[in-house]
Amino acid sequence: MEIKMNLISEDKINSMTSTEKLRFVLDGVKSGNIVVLEGGLTSEEQMKLIELTMTEVDDDFPGIEMSGYPSKRGFLNIRKKARLTVIGPAKMMHTTKKDKDLISAVISAI
Amino acid sequence: MKSKRRWKSILTRLRRALFFRRGTAKIGIYGPPNAGKTTLTNRIIHTFVDENEDVGLATEVPHETRRAVRREGVIIDLKAKSLENPNPDLNSESKVKPKRGKAKLKLDVVDTPGLATKIDFHEFLAYGLEEDEAKKRAKEATEGVIEAIKWLDDIDGVVLLMDSTEDPYTQTNIIIIGNMEARGIPIIIAANKVDLVDATPQRIANAFPQHSVIPISALKGENMLDLYEEMARRFR
Ligand SMILES: Nc1nc2c(ncn2[C@@H]2O[C@H](COP(=O)(O)OP(=O)(O)O)[C@@H](O)[C@H]2O)c(=O)[nH]1
Ligand SMILES: [Mg+2]
Repeated sequence: MEIKMNLISEDKINSMTSTEKLRFVLDGVKSGNIVVLEGGLTSEEQMKLIELTMTEVDDDFPGIEMSGYPSKRGFLNIRKKARLTVIGPAKMMHTTKKDKDLISAVISAI
Repeated sequence: MKSKRRWKSILTRLRRALFFRRGTAKIGIYGPPNAGKTTLTNRIIHTFVDENEDVGLATEVPHETRRAVRREGVIIDLKAKSLENPNPDLNSESKVKPKRGKAKLKLDVVDTPGLATKIDFHEFLAYGLEEDEAKKRAKEATEGVIEAIKWLDDIDGVVLLMDSTEDPYTQTNIIIIGNMEARGIPIIIAANKVDLVDATPQRIANAFPQHSVIPISALKGENMLDLYEEMARRFR
């Protein structure tokens, strides 16, 4: 069995609007890919992604698994920089361990 | 887009600083499924409004709450409460720290559906539901998650409830905290279920060191005064 991963560069992500980003991620995940975003999604984008995911949950697609490093505070604590985010189909991906600088996940083919 | 967000956050903070005290604060009880959100909301209502009123059903089945429920006009009056009602929990606590129990706060409490990134109808089959019923519940649960997220726009403060026997460092917990920080909305973390032997509320405090973490048992009513005082302090 094969598992496909999409590793997306920060430049590619930054060239997209928030809506495009979320659509791009969810489409990738719904076709069975593990999507890794360099630079990651902000907390707000992740919340929007949950919302979008929930509108598309059905009998075959129970949803997503998402893991990421928490954002770092930038200049004057105002700007928050997102870091890496990993998103996969809930049926395939399961986070086993996670702290602020390490993520372990088990990925299995369906 | 980012600077627009930032302005919105600054404006929200400003508005809050200027007007928050006048209106009734809407406080959302958030957290993962089964953290005890409905149990806590019911307890708040029982203590401060009506012993016999429930906002919802608290059960071990996840996603029991699938619509957000708002209870308006809850007055958290710790002074009146400790005078008029010799609730053992409130009183024993106030003996230890005699200055406590003066705070007063009026708020609307919103019990929300649990936040999740996945909802699998198979999960409900394990609780004895028929397949049709399980699928219907899963569908409603997805709508509940969306509703909980939408409510964040109208919320003035959040009590984020976690189960102290579970790993607190989950993506959904991190996302809720991140969103509240970005919006400048005050947040209190309540480490629930400390009555259980394998509860480790310290793990929650370690995971989120920049936030106040109050260990409670919503079911047994342990340490509730700590939570109410923190609410009165942060949400006023
Ligand atoms: N031991 C213990 N169980 C609790 C506590 N709070 C809630 N529960 C139980 O956890 C389950 C889920 O509670 P509920 O309020 O429905 O959680 P919700 O999904 O977050 O609304 C129920 O079986 C409750 O009785 C607590 O403080 N201690
Ligand atoms: Mg509930």
